[in-house]
Amino acid sequence: MHLHRYEKIWLAFGIGSLVVFLTLLGITAFGFGHHPPSHMAIVNSQNLRNEAPFNKPGLQQIDKTTYQANIIAMAFAFSPNKIEVPVGSTVRFNVSSADVVHSFTIPKTNVNFMVTPGHVNMAEHTFTEPGTYLVLCNEYCGSGHHSMQMAIEVK
Amino acid sequence: MKNTTLTVNEYTLDTNVKVAPKDAALSLAHIYVAFIAFIIGALMGLLQGLVRGGLIELPSWLGYYQILTVHGVLLALVFTTYFIFAFLFAGVSRTLGGMSNGIRRVGWIGFWITTIGTLLAAWLILLGKASVLYTFYAPLQAHPFYYIALTLFIVGTWIAGAAILAHYFCWKKTNKEQKTPLFGYMATATIILWIIACLGVAATVLFQMIPWAFGLTDKINVLLSRTLFWYFGHPLVYFWLLPAYMAWYVCIPKIIGGKLFSDSLARLAFVLFLLFSIPVGFHHQLMEAGVSEFWKFVQTILTFTVIVPSLMTAFSIFGTFEQTARAKGGSGVLSWLGKLPWNDVRFFAPFMGMVIFIPAGTGGVINASHQMNAVIHNTLWVVGHFHLTVGSTVILTFFGTSYWLIPHLTGRKFTPFLNRLGMLQTWLWTIGMFFMSGSMHLMGILGAPRRTAYTTYQNHATALAWFDGMFTNYVTVAIGAAILTIAAGLMFYNFIYMTWLAPKGETAFPISEPASDTSTTPKILENWKLWIGIAALLILFAYTIPVYNMIVHAPPGSPGFNYLIN
Repeated sequence: MHLHRYEKIWLAFGIGSLVVFLTLLGITAFGFGHHPPSHMAIVNSQNLRNEAPFNKPGLQQIDKTTYQANIIAMAFAFSPNKIEVPVGSTVRFNVSSADVVHSFTIPKTNVNFMVTPGHVNMAEHTFTEPGTYLVLCNEYCGSGHHSMQMAIEVK
Repeated sequence: MKNTTLTVNEYTLDTNVKVAPKDAALSLAHIYVAFIAFIIGALMGLLQGLVRGGLIELPSWLGYYQILTVHGVLLALVFTTYFIFAFLFAGVSRTLGGMSNGIRRVGWIGFWITTIGTLLAAWLILLGKASVLYTFYAPLQAHPFYYIALTLFIVGTWIAGAAILAHYFCWKKTNKEQKTPLFGYMATATIILWIIACLGVAATVLFQMIPWAFGLTDKINVLLSRTLFWYFGHPLVYFWLLPAYMAWYVCIPKIIGGKLFSDSLARLAFVLFLLFSIPVGFHHQLMEAGVSEFWKFVQTILTFTVIVPSLMTAFSIFGTFEQTARAKGGSGVLSWLGKLPWNDVRFFAPFMGMVIFIPAGTGGVINASHQMNAVIHNTLWVVGHFHLTVGSTVILTFFGTSYWLIPHLTGRKFTPFLNRLGMLQTWLWTIGMFFMSGSMHLMGILGAPRRTAYTTYQNHATALAWFDGMFTNYVTVAIGAAILTIAAGLMFYNFIYMTWLAPKGETAFPISEPASDTSTTPKILENWKLWIGIAALLILFAYTIPVYNMIVHAPPGSPGFNYLIN
């Protein structure tokens, strides 16, 4: 099989860029711990409201500026539907579903992950700007999907 | 309009110059279903654009998620699959000779089973019992017979695929020591890919969803079903793309009056697609819990590997263009481009598809980039992305193919009038897609969700901005959708014209003569046992451990939620 000289250059350039690209992704992922949300904890989605920490959905203060928000996603709302944190807070979102597949998405941030029943998923975000942040569900979850939302007040 | 390339000189060494008439009937049956599905699906797309833009409200008997399901199922599954089988049946008949009566009968059985599945699914969607979108993620639950309909659809395509494989093996038996014509080789690779890919969706539908929907089991393993779906869902997009590549590799060189750059590279590209398009489904599940970072990263690497055969294809096709243009007297670094038949829609429509594949592929690289996926996952960006890939690259190639395939099959002429309609259609489609897909991409970055009916999230400022931008506006999406609908209506008219109205006569089925390196193509490229074996090993490597963990460390299963879709 014969490879044209230009094709060799083209493929070397293409494969070379892929290697560089994948190396960078790998370094940010495994070197800096910048991974996609891949939490491995499991729960019983049908008994979620009786299992800690989802028996008390809401905000838990971890230290001075760090909070954990335990949130239940369900058709077609989040529980609680509003949380309040001071500016500069880092919030760890700890979310699970009581029924079907949802997402937990804060537009204009990198918080955007799937919430599959039976699993807990997590992401962290530091709120440096005050305002009312919209949280929405971007996975189709039924006829009322477009009304599923909650708010994060950052004061 | 002067268009000297409209007459294609036949290449006499091909087995058949024409598709055998009885095979043409089978191919045409697929074309009819494809274009009926196409026009209904396109109209649903227009309704979606208008609803999301807040320009109209649907009547109470029609749900947004119902028309979204119709749009996805009819365009992504029905139109593509039927058109692909029409193209493959016609092409193998043309290049490997007419099919035997027995094999053709198998093809018809496949057609009818697929069609019964399609009609049953359509009926249930119309009744509002299956508004689960074309991905039907558990634990949302459709009517039990919807899963039966999906099974019939898949089984029908397997039977039709078996007919194509049987025809290929018969040809091999009677033509020992001969190299399979490129079309037959690529058709075989495509069908093998389809059959391996469907194993995943068949497993989740047959062993998880049907027992669960009929009440034989009360719980379903949600993550496992999603994983099996995406084991199928990514090679599905290559099942759409490979027939478009076949048209680029095999038909376009003939249309522009040249021949393919390299035979061995074309075959190698298809082998690489077969190997690397399946063990990559996790890049659709990067944002979900229950799959470890390590296995997500492994599949990210495999995903990027599949870019290599696309780069090879880009080189081969543009190499073919340059070689042909220079043979016709073209010169300069780029001025040879002027020698290409820009006024011939059979070339121009697929060419626009190729051009659009550059931003489309780039977007795909972003989507698959592990952690970067969080920025765009399930936003309108993704919808913009696949309207460029399948909705432009693949479909423009299929349109360009229709202009000779349909008149060839119906015994009519590809006329200059039809060519002009086709050119207009191509421009309208491209312009409409620029507005629609362009604004979808940018709005996705601003966080606008996909698969969501009209909402301002109680007039939240973030959501109101999506109705307020100059370009990043749901109304831009609707305008693009309206232009696309005009283009779709014109394409439907072209289909009617080519089927019943065009003057009787002959239109050539363009097949490129073999590339000059064909005699040196290594035999190993046609060793299917070897490639299927390697594909299986890669699949086992990428999936065994994570799937084992999903089963062993599964949470309690989920009941079905069928009341949420009403």
